[in-house]
Amino acid sequence: MSPPALEDVAVGTELPAQTFPIQRADLVRYAGASGDFNVIHWNERVARSVGLPDVIAHGMFTMALAVRVVTDWAGDPGRVVEYGVRFTRPVPVPDDEVGATVEVSGVVAALLEDGRVRVDLTATSQGQKVLGKAQAVVQL
Amino acid sequence: MPVDPSFAGRTYPPTEPYDVGLEKIREFADALGDANPAYRDREAARALGHPDVIAPPTFPFVLTFKASRRLIEDPELGIDYSRVVHGEQRFAHTRPVRAGDSLTVTVTLETVRSAGGHDMLTSRSDVATVRGEHVVTAWSTLVVRGDDA
Repeated sequence: MSPPALEDVAVGTELPAQTFPIQRADLVRYAGASGDFNVIHWNERVARSVGLPDVIAHGMFTMALAVRVVTDWAGDPGRVVEYGVRFTRPVPVPDDEVGATVEVSGVVAALLEDGRVRVDLTATSQGQKVLGKAQAVVQL
Repeated sequence: MPVDPSFAGRTYPPTEPYDVGLEKIREFADALGDANPAYRDREAARALGHPDVIAPPTFPFVLTFKASRRLIEDPELGIDYSRVVHGEQRFAHTRPVRAGDSLTVTVTLETVRSAGGHDMLTSRSDVATVRGEHVVTAWSTLVVRGDDA
């Protein structure tokens, strides 16, 4: 995939939005791949005992899913030179057939120097924002 | 017990080298459900100008998470990990991590501040090759919830 041409990109350019379903098995797989075995991401009993509504997704998992909107748009994921988020709200993942869903959209928010652009991401689950100040800088 | 702000600036010795393997990158991409060929196929990565398969932008957390245990388990800081929540995360890449990299992580406690009864610790993890080439820096803000929270 080739990256979008810089002259076709302006402040306000929207990136194709994506929807990511998350089930318990995805959290187990991510725990194994990332090495983050925090119990609240797979054990409902422990999650509830510390005041959470249910098992929650790793914040880093949600962060990784959200940037997919940018890497798919950029063509080459190596063009994502900066990426940051705030974890503002947990994503509970119920143990059922549906699990959770995270919806991610992105818009070009600023044109920077040297062909770089800043993309602002919005990630929501059940209609509520789960990431704050989610921004990626892409080298076009 | 609040973390003493005078610990800001403390740097821990670099980690032992972490050898980034192609299959580990594929496993991580699989866990994200991401079929991007740049994470899987050497020829596809080379066609994009990379010498080998590259890792997703948040992959460095695999290394920095492990390395940050030096800080979290530092007895002088006295952090109660059961009260720790991940507040913020940021990456700044000089280049993507790629298969074949041998990487070390140097963790520095950058800032310590208190707000609303919580301690907020921001650590910086500088990831470089064993030859000294900078690859990525990651900042993690950990929120240590106060006793009453």
